[in-house]
Amino acid sequence: MSQSKPTTPAEVRQRAAIEDKRKRRKSRAVPGRLRPKLLLGLYLLFVLLPIYWLMNMSFQSNTEILGGLTLWPDNFTLEHYAKIFTTETWYMGYVNSITYVVMNMVISILVALPAAYAFSRYHFIGDKHLFFWLLTNLMAPPAVFLLPYFQLYYTVGLFDTHIAVALAHCLFNIPLAIWILEGFMSSVPKEIDETAFIDGYSFPRFFVRIFIPMIRSGIGVTLFFLFMFSWVELLLASTLTSTNAQPIASVMTSTSTASGIDWGTLAAAGVLTILPGILVVYFVRNHIAKGFALGRT
Amino acid sequence: MNKVYDNKAWLLILPMLALVAFSAIIPLMTVVNYSVQDVFDANTRFFTGTEWFVQMLNDPTLQSALLRQFAFSLTVLCIQVPLGIGIALLMPKKGWQASAVLILVTLPLLIPWNVVGSIWQIFTRGDIGLMGWGLRELGYEYNITRSTVDAWGTIIIMDVWHWTPLIALLCYSGLRSIPEAYYQAARIDRASRWAVFRYIQLPKLTNVLVIGVLLRFMHSFMIYAEPFVLTGGGPGSSTTFLSQSLTTMAIGQQDLGPSAAFSLIYFLIILLVSWVFYTAIMNMQKDKEGGA
Repeated sequence: MSQSKPTTPAEVRQRAAIEDKRKRRKSRAVPGRLRPKLLLGLYLLFVLLPIYWLMNMSFQSNTEILGGLTLWPDNFTLEHYAKIFTTETWYMGYVNSITYVVMNMVISILVALPAAYAFSRYHFIGDKHLFFWLLTNLMAPPAVFLLPYFQLYYTVGLFDTHIAVALAHCLFNIPLAIWILEGFMSSVPKEIDETAFIDGYSFPRFFVRIFIPMIRSGIGVTLFFLFMFSWVELLLASTLTSTNAQPIASVMTSTSTASGIDWGTLAAAGVLTILPGILVVYFVRNHIAKGFALGRT
Repeated sequence: MNKVYDNKAWLLILPMLALVAFSAIIPLMTVVNYSVQDVFDANTRFFTGTEWFVQMLNDPTLQSALLRQFAFSLTVLCIQVPLGIGIALLMPKKGWQASAVLILVTLPLLIPWNVVGSIWQIFTRGDIGLMGWGLRELGYEYNITRSTVDAWGTIIIMDVWHWTPLIALLCYSGLRSIPEAYYQAARIDRASRWAVFRYIQLPKLTNVLVIGVLLRFMHSFMIYAEPFVLTGGGPGSSTTFLSQSLTTMAIGQQDLGPSAAFSLIYFLIILLVSWVFYTAIMNMQKDKEGGA
């Protein structure tokens, strides 16, 4: 025990020398600690290389693309972007996609919030079975529902409208939203609900005024996931639409098959589909780590 | 959390139930309806019972598509899970670097699936693609439209590129929930890097990993747009997975009965595997509550 605190100046100096040596040994170990950064860098390179190539191509003219391989556009051109922003089928593709994605996000979150609250706070007849049934919808391959969806929406007169795609995406987005929100809601102590009710809050007022602000970040993360899965889905979106509500993804496939492939425009359109994602992930970057655990680490 | 028993909670569920029922139950019943009938036109149809199911289960093209699908799902899981854990361990934990790496890693998840196919199509083409051109310059005859090995390899690399971020982010969020005190205790005990991983980090990751494996299994089993754009299912039918066989049958050939039966079999396989996983999650949580 007497060693734990130096008492004489000599001892202090000796301690300092040892400490110093230890620090120097640590600094010599730096190359060893650089290796993780190197590995991570390699992975990020792997992630970014295909995207870099796409961007590189989107700024080249088609003759330059087919003329030979260039790592950097020699004649920097924006012609493909100009084409997208001036051709109605192209830019309406983006508008359509964003329209049904936003509709889907609003619908999903509105019905998922009360449902998730019910699952996180109450036992009721069939709750476990219902929750499992919801998850099974997350597992349904879109290909299975292709034909029946087509027929259903055709029959009710919703074919080729934005709301049709928004409703179809509810199939997997509502269960997902409930799953994520339920995790976040369960981490809010139940005493808060009880106190609010004792204070005379009615349920709707409590829910909107107190509860929703408490799980703000959870809602943000949920919206991010809703955006993500609705934005990336193509099969249902392109089956349920023909011209009025055609998503950008199917504009891309239909244009690329006609009389040779317009690589430059395809690349530019691809780059533009990545941008909304970057924007959304930027907004939730601080909550995303928790969000990916779906509230249950 | 101890929940209250109250059946009024059903009222909160109802709006959601109406919507999901509209987009899940009606279409599913349509599929069931078709699967047991032979439809000639709007007025002529015959009840066939299980005939389509038997026919589909014995269909060699579908059997091989199913085998390919399992092989594909297992391969990508075996690569993505360890790789994802590794990346999560490497990701910086604070500062602007953490945000930047997080955004970069998430990027592939936010690209529409057919665009992922297009990106890799452009990237791997022999004439204009960096990877295709590069491999040729290195002396490898790389051709995804002719060589089965190349096509498979490319699709797997593409899927690793596309979906490893999901596992990485799940694990990253799992790692972030470990209190710093655990690591301090490990340092005091002079635990090795491996021991820290095995006894502190991995146990914390099991929960998120089950979710990750489940999601990855489901999505890899439903894969459609990426291989469709990249290889079109070729060469031959070597990269035709279940979804693509199904859409070809349902939309292309208009075989309503058989494709409906096939749909149900397909759905049931995913359901069965997921059910096993779901019970695993539930049991794990029960163990946790019992232990606490």
